[in-house]
Amino acid sequence: MIALDALTLARVQFGFTVSFHIIFPALTIGLASYLAVLEGWWLHSRKQVYQDLYHFWLKIFAINFGMGVVSGLVMAYQFGTNWSYFSAFAGSVTGPLLTYEVLTAFFLEAGFLGVMMFGWNRVGPGLHFLSTIMVALGTLVSATWIIASNSWMHTPAGYEIVAGKVVPTDWLQVILNPSFPYRLAHMGVAAFLATALFVAAVAAWHLLRGRQQPAIRKMFSMALWMALLVAPLQALIGDFHGLNTLKHQPAKVAAIEGHWENHASPGMPLTLFGWPDMKREETRYALQIPRLGGLILAHSWDGQIPGLKEFAPADRPNATIVFWTFRIMVGLGVLMIALGVWGFYLRCRKRLYQSRAFMHFALWMGPTGIIAILAGWYTTEIGRQPWTVYGVMRTADAVSTHSALQLGISLVIFVLVYFAVFGAGIVYMMRLAQQGPILNEGKETNPGGPGQLHQPMRPLSAAPAVSKDKEQNTNPGN
Amino acid sequence: MGIDLPLLWAVIILFGVMMYVIMDGFDLGIGILYPFFKKKEDRDVMMNTVAPVWDGNETWLVLGGAGLMAAFPIAYAAVLSAFYLPLVFMLVGLIFRGVAFEFRFKATEHQQHFWDKAFIGGSIAATFFQGVTLGAFIHGIDAIDIHTGAYIGNDILHWLTPFSVFTGLGLVVAYALLGSTWLIMKTDGELQQRMRILTRPLAWILLAVIAVISLWTPLAHEAIAHRWFSLPNLFYFLPVPLLVALTMYHLLRTTKYAHAAPFLLTLALIFLGYSGLGISVWPNIVPPHITIWQASSPSQSQGFALIGVLLILPVILLYTAWSYYVFRGKTRHGEEYH
Repeated sequence: MIALDALTLARVQFGFTVSFHIIFPALTIGLASYLAVLEGWWLHSRKQVYQDLYHFWLKIFAINFGMGVVSGLVMAYQFGTNWSYFSAFAGSVTGPLLTYEVLTAFFLEAGFLGVMMFGWNRVGPGLHFLSTIMVALGTLVSATWIIASNSWMHTPAGYEIVAGKVVPTDWLQVILNPSFPYRLAHMGVAAFLATALFVAAVAAWHLLRGRQQPAIRKMFSMALWMALLVAPLQALIGDFHGLNTLKHQPAKVAAIEGHWENHASPGMPLTLFGWPDMKREETRYALQIPRLGGLILAHSWDGQIPGLKEFAPADRPNATIVFWTFRIMVGLGVLMIALGVWGFYLRCRKRLYQSRAFMHFALWMGPTGIIAILAGWYTTEIGRQPWTVYGVMRTADAVSTHSALQLGISLVIFVLVYFAVFGAGIVYMMRLAQQGPILNEGKETNPGGPGQLHQPMRPLSAAPAVSKDKEQNTNPGN
Repeated sequence: MGIDLPLLWAVIILFGVMMYVIMDGFDLGIGILYPFFKKKEDRDVMMNTVAPVWDGNETWLVLGGAGLMAAFPIAYAAVLSAFYLPLVFMLVGLIFRGVAFEFRFKATEHQQHFWDKAFIGGSIAATFFQGVTLGAFIHGIDAIDIHTGAYIGNDILHWLTPFSVFTGLGLVVAYALLGSTWLIMKTDGELQQRMRILTRPLAWILLAVIAVISLWTPLAHEAIAHRWFSLPNLFYFLPVPLLVALTMYHLLRTTKYAHAAPFLLTLALIFLGYSGLGISVWPNIVPPHITIWQASSPSQSQGFALIGVLLILPVILLYTAWSYYVFRGKTRHGEEYH
């Protein structure tokens, strides 16, 4: 049992709030770009199906975006409330990066989001499309800055330490630090992949109920093209990222592999499954494939990498956790590739919209993108321990000197609030997803808002309470 | 370096926080006013006057936080760790308020009242605890590690004083007035008429609040009294209370008939109060011990972030103005826009 001291509570609080938070931006990044593609395609082809899909996903995007904003606000303040020593020490680097994120991304998203959501009838189609593109651009720019900040904490560069504080000496090196390109590519593609899986699952759910409308088929098809393209790409990026990590954070890779020490020969095996035991300094019940570990990580038949025992016990990340989170991520990645390939095979046989087994598979794969993102972040962040800034500042030195009571109070509050609020939000998102696209939906405003005739019909409502909604909905299944 | 970077940054952060207070002030004010308007249609209209812009308004708060961390990391660490609990309560309030914008229109009829309550409770809590933090901030933080800014006291309720509770309530009144005058500008008909009626007592209460704080602060803090009442400072700062009186007079007068004037005058009033606070604590960034120069990050950090602010902030102000322009005019119920 871990003692619930202030450090543990602060780490749990950060992990909890950031885990909830990352779900929303990941889908926001993917959906914003998807919406930009839909609207562009609609302007180009004028096919109704794209406009219907745009309005359908816009509603889900809006809820998701709102939750991302409020959970992100908590993150921006948590560095100061819970990690004040880290902020005082490294705020000179992370602060400007966050400032640029606010200036170049948050305002852009927020400024154009209103027009995107409520301006369909107030600005011309060109300006509206521009707003959608700006929002999508904002999400990508936002990811870039925050990944730069996070990468710097993993592979700090372009700085010196003066009087016990970080002083940036070269901002290009700070931003383009050694792990930044890999992390950015890995997270960006993960967002697109997770969104594609989510879209495919929603489409599959409707197809399984026999709703073979053009809009539903279209989004199923688009999502599966996306999965086919980016799932293998993600595996490739992940491999490069792993080699980069081996170069800069060898202890993390050793922990991920459950690899304790090197033997003379043959090369390093790959441990498929096992139970890395931090106390006994060994991986129990290990199921291994000889030489494969060295082949993957050192790209040679007799390859070896440093084992965990080469690091002082105080400098080792928890292998028990990262060993398994990494395998969950990779296992799900393999299934995603399988989904893309199977879909492509069915497409070639003209059976994409008929195979119920495949639809069930796509439905079950819906949340896996998000789960893999969480598993991946746990791997890299828990694998960074015991450091907050790798090799420079230990997590134990970064935490504020709060009483455990104060941290306990706030943690309980956050847990209760997050489950209630975001639980409700996810329910609303699912409800909207269940409704499915509405044919010829064009007027997107809130009741009482601009462009809104005062009628009980509420196109934005996920509620089945109003009978007029039903008339709008052309789903034969309803 | 010929420029005083810390001074520039102090101005930028003062500007950012003021933008936040003004803009999210009327958003939060709408939530504070909700209890006075029970009809669903009225509440729909009230919320829709800010639905397209509230998110951008709240972003100024994030800019304030990020800017503080970039330019004055020690102050960021000090303020956020010392006011831990009130800030957590504020954030929770903002969470409820923020999602209510989305959820309220998507909930079923019988669930909607829950999100109405979340909107009310979230707005009031966020405002109140902002005000509490402000009051505690003016009062100053003693138990601070000067070198890192981290709070080293062990009293988790040190921020809770009669003064900070009063400033908390005072801010609720200030935001309510911002909200009601904003709605005078953005609505018409019976709803607008009721806003006009509500604005007068709110304005009087706010005047009383400003008067009490103006007396309480110098009485409790000798340094602040010295700042205001020593000569020649007294003559420099005398315009502030005189302008408050003048603004107040016109606010009460125009509330009866004008559309935009009451809101603009309320903005002026808030700005004057804000400048008064600035005068009181300057040049401290964490009263009573840490000045803006002591809390500064290295010039490499302040300079790098400054480039972004100078280049991008004007653009932000432009497209923010554009999005307000797109949604200009009255928000009505049951009217088609073309």
